[in-house]
Amino acid sequence: MNWEFIVSRSLASAFGSDAAVFALAAIGLNMHFGYTGLLNFGQAGFMALGAYGISVTVATLGFSLWWGLALGAALSVTLALLLGLPTLRLRADYLAIVTIAASEIVRFVARSVSMREITGGSFGLSGFADEFYAINPFPEGAYGLGSVLYSARAFWVITVAWTLVALLALMTYVLMHSPWGRVLRSIREDEDAARSLGKNVYSYKMQSLVLGGLMGTIAGFMYAISQQSVQPDTYSTPVTFYAYAIIILGGTARVFGPVLGSMIFWALLSFTDAALRQAVGAGYIPTAIMDGTQVGQMRFILLGLGLMLLMIFRPQGILGDRKEIALDAH
Amino acid sequence: MPTDTWVDGITPEPGVAKPDPILVVDGVTRRFGGLKAVDVDHVEFQRGAITALIGPNGAGKTTFFNLLTGFDRPDAGAWTFDGRTMAGMPAHKVARRGMVRTFQLTKALSRLTVMENMKLGATKQKGESFAVALLPPLWRKQERAIEDRAGDLLARFKLDNKRNDFAGTLSGGQRKLLEMARALMVQPDIVMLDEPMAGVNPALTQSLLGHVKDLRTQGMSVLFVEHDMDVVRDISDWVVVMAEGKIISEGTPDHIGQDRKVIDAYLGASHDAPTTAEEEQRQLAEAEAVLDAQSAEREQVQP
Repeated sequence: MNWEFIVSRSLASAFGSDAAVFALAAIGLNMHFGYTGLLNFGQAGFMALGAYGISVTVATLGFSLWWGLALGAALSVTLALLLGLPTLRLRADYLAIVTIAASEIVRFVARSVSMREITGGSFGLSGFADEFYAINPFPEGAYGLGSVLYSARAFWVITVAWTLVALLALMTYVLMHSPWGRVLRSIREDEDAARSLGKNVYSYKMQSLVLGGLMGTIAGFMYAISQQSVQPDTYSTPVTFYAYAIIILGGTARVFGPVLGSMIFWALLSFTDAALRQAVGAGYIPTAIMDGTQVGQMRFILLGLGLMLLMIFRPQGILGDRKEIALDAH
Repeated sequence: MPTDTWVDGITPEPGVAKPDPILVVDGVTRRFGGLKAVDVDHVEFQRGAITALIGPNGAGKTTFFNLLTGFDRPDAGAWTFDGRTMAGMPAHKVARRGMVRTFQLTKALSRLTVMENMKLGATKQKGESFAVALLPPLWRKQERAIEDRAGDLLARFKLDNKRNDFAGTLSGGQRKLLEMARALMVQPDIVMLDEPMAGVNPALTQSLLGHVKDLRTQGMSVLFVEHDMDVVRDISDWVVVMAEGKIISEGTPDHIGQDRKVIDAYLGASHDAPTTAEEEQRQLAEAEAVLDAQSAEREQVQP
């Protein structure tokens, strides 16, 4: 087995664009779930609005990519308001049901036959990211360290994506160490107590929903740009659950939890993928047990197993505080 | 014991006018299905006094509290606080107006530190608006002032050595203290305490009582729900009694202790405690006669 290859593939994934995109989405979800206690199960929907915001603007309407950013953001805020208005006054589980439904509605509308003229239906859209790559400052070549190398285009995407991750993490840090963040965390602990101290709980929950949703939309922008195409089924519910797995892995309500969680999540997926493929190829795993086509499913099984072990032995996640989790019990 | 003399000359009857009321309630009702949980005609609460709200279980005390503080909506009725009408106002605005409550089941914010719990209570914080929060220099100075004030309060409530602990690690009594201290961060005019002594060990009860009395000394009005009559007698200037949603009696603690209606409400109207030996004999004879009649009836049915 070629271990150097396996390790460099894992590292390339840890610092790659998927890890950055999911870190962005998870930072937003952490704002909802980790800090405010909002159960948003529709982060994929917010990402889809970002992806379609830019692709429809460029590929369908023929406007500049930069207008697409504005459209995506506007759609995202609208969705958050639509979701929040009826549900944020109710118990937390209502939001969970409504958000999961809303993200599926976004996906089904985008892939419907009657929308084919606009969203490309189930085929999606492509060829909308040229403006982004046109301003790539990196000349042709390979970038990276050792055997972890990216093309100039990929390096441009990950530079921008990780810069956004850094900015949003910094923003989260500042906000969560401010009185504003204190109100959010108090709402997570007990809404009525926050209310009894003069805090407008409804308004803060709405602000959190809009802000975290916008972060998901930014993830959608970068996802679409990095793949240079948008397909509706990319934004189905498992995407939201990956984001949840990432923040639980990294540590809920921790600024760097989503970032570290995403890097480990994607590194592990690449690691198991490459390791299993080589093991099957070299005959260490007989084809009677599994063959190369089953590696894709097997790596998720192993990842799930890993998450279960994490929950048993380190329920607070990698960056979490065990004492804090213990206080949850009552 | 009450030091004020405003109680002199006030007739102890439900709905009696007070010389300087801070809270005036009129015709407030709240139904839950067929049950009228609260049905208060008129009641006034004196400014700067400690008023106890007592009554048997299910009398509607907590529901009445919830209505006044905006945590529940009445079906009808109005009330004024400091001369301003409050009906229909959401809970957070009620708190900002200076009416702050605590809860029967203490609501310490477990995964916030004691200090964060306290700082949350301060009102008009610039840093609580999203845009300002992003620029720490704009709110740092105010934050420091709030922290100083919180530190003083924590020292008064003997919680200053816990300031950096998670509130979830405090004992039940300490949580009650924290909740009261946190309510004071709002700088309220009236403090509404829902069973402040429930589940608190006797040693801490005295300290809590002292803090409640301090509130009055500092010019705040206090309205509290309590079951322990010793506590009520010890600290309250005035007592309002609720039963089945209505105000059935009002008066000084001494007066309430002797009020027939209050005893009936707690123990049931059929209860007639014997006052003399002869009376007791007479009641026993009556009860035996009834029992005899019943057993005679039963024998007739089953010959």
